[in-house]
Amino acid sequence: MLTAAIETLSLVKRYGSALALDGLSMTVPRGEIFGFLGPNGAGKTTAVKLLLGLAKPTAGEGAVLGAPFGDLQTRRRIGYLPELFRYQDWLSAREVLALHCALLGVARADRDQEIQQALTAVGLAARADHRVGGFSKGMQQRLGLGVALLGRPELVILDEPTSALDPVGRHDAREIILAIKRRGATVFLNSHLLTEVEKVCDRVAIVDRGRILQVGRLDELLHGEVVRVRFASAPTEAVKTLLAQYGNAVQKDGWLMLSGVGVERIPDLVERLVHTGARIQAVEQSRSTLEERFLEVLEEDG
Amino acid sequence: MHALTIASLTLLEAVRRRLAITVGILTLIIVALTSWGFYKLATLAGPSGHPLSRVELLGATSFFVIFIAYGFSVILAVGASLLAAPSIAGDIESGIAHAILPRPIRRSELLMGKWLGMSVLLVGFSAIVGAVELTIVAWITGYIPPHPAAAIAFLAAEAIVMLSLTLMCSTRFSAITAGAIALVLFGLAWISGFVGMIGTQFHNRSILNVTTAISLVLPTDGMWRSAVYNLEPAAVVAAARANVGDSVRNVGPFTEAEPPPPAFIIWTGCWTVAILVLAVWSFNRRDL
Repeated sequence: MLTAAIETLSLVKRYGSALALDGLSMTVPRGEIFGFLGPNGAGKTTAVKLLLGLAKPTAGEGAVLGAPFGDLQTRRRIGYLPELFRYQDWLSAREVLALHCALLGVARADRDQEIQQALTAVGLAARADHRVGGFSKGMQQRLGLGVALLGRPELVILDEPTSALDPVGRHDAREIILAIKRRGATVFLNSHLLTEVEKVCDRVAIVDRGRILQVGRLDELLHGEVVRVRFASAPTEAVKTLLAQYGNAVQKDGWLMLSGVGVERIPDLVERLVHTGARIQAVEQSRSTLEERFLEVLEEDG
Repeated sequence: MHALTIASLTLLEAVRRRLAITVGILTLIIVALTSWGFYKLATLAGPSGHPLSRVELLGATSFFVIFIAYGFSVILAVGASLLAAPSIAGDIESGIAHAILPRPIRRSELLMGKWLGMSVLLVGFSAIVGAVELTIVAWITGYIPPHPAAAIAFLAAEAIVMLSLTLMCSTRFSAITAGAIALVLFGLAWISGFVGMIGTQFHNRSILNVTTAISLVLPTDGMWRSAVYNLEPAAVVAAARANVGDSVRNVGPFTEAEPPPPAFIIWTGCWTVAILVLAVWSFNRRDL
């Protein structure tokens, strides 16, 4: 049986007195698109660096494609787009790809085809022989995606792959990510662009202060419906006590939001709220977005 | 194998960033100016009102060749540091290292590839400039130093010593700090060479011990002196030997009475290997 694409157990990373990872444990199954979400400074990029062997964990252990972090041979099977990166700006896009083909050990006979495929996939075929120094940030990110696709990797780690892309670029990047999954590979997507993540990910982990707060399939994590209630005056203690019976209520933009309340329970909820004397202005029912769930999880964590 | 890929990338960078062409043009200017100087030396009237005699011309030329070689050795040493200081540190700061190192390449291969590429640049530059300058000097004045190839080799070796030291610093410190450390140590070794002459004159054992220790810690000044010895005509060496403690010894870093001891040359080789091993160890332990 194949091992998981990524497995970590109680990873700790300290930089001096700063704790970047605080016991990170997760399993990324093969063949899925895994979203790794968190606010700035949550430890997302640190985690990626440990997975790739760019930094060493202070404690804990793990495996990538069944091998220890940074294993030389395993790196052939991993594609990576770093968050803060630069390619040699005095090389052309084609030369950057050729360099990475050489480092990957792609057979010389296959290199031209491999490079052309990557250039076409990321929409850079027309600029293939232009120097990278003249590329916009978005084009550099496209090139980065192309580099990550070389050698048909089993695992593609993308650290904020769409941060510099325009809407067309984001759409293209989504298609590329979905195509990677279609050929059976795993994608580890590190991002804070939640709408992007929501559109492609099968499974999501929400991370903050170096540990995972919640992890699960996207549909489980969003757990269905959300009810929003707007009150004409500030909710009383009685209202809050009542709402607590239905779940954790989160206040946002003047609305109180309750997750996981089925449609059939809404009339009952409204009736009981009115009974407490609450003056209700509006009640809405919608599917919770990843952003709402994300904020909710972070808020719960305090 | 990957080291060769990185070495050729380093050479390509020197061409693409116009380093090679710029240095080439500047070198041509220096060679043209010095050639003009030697031409004047060969044709102008000396203190007696007549052109210099053949013996006077050869003597003066031999000294000027050493002065020019001295300037060239400083350019090489500083140039080696300027090349090496941003090589690892700059790649880490810019994020190039983060794109390259997740590939199946060892950090030692990246480091040695860069070292190899820059060594080729420095040795090639030394060989071309040395050969062109000495050929022109021979053509104008008829003077050929006793061991020109050995002298050029020692100048290139001095540059490689500086390259290795700066590269090691570049694995730990920022580019500017790595360059500063290497150049300060280079200056220290140079000053120590001067102080060593005072030690020789006053037969002071403790001064000599300290300067010997410094020349072992950073063998750049020793490499320079080895180059000087190979540029000196036999008569100058004989005079230097005959006048230990006398004026010839006082000329400064431009005269050397003794050939480099083989043990020192072996030491310098071992030193370079040790510094590179240390550089790899330091780079391997660094979090990116």
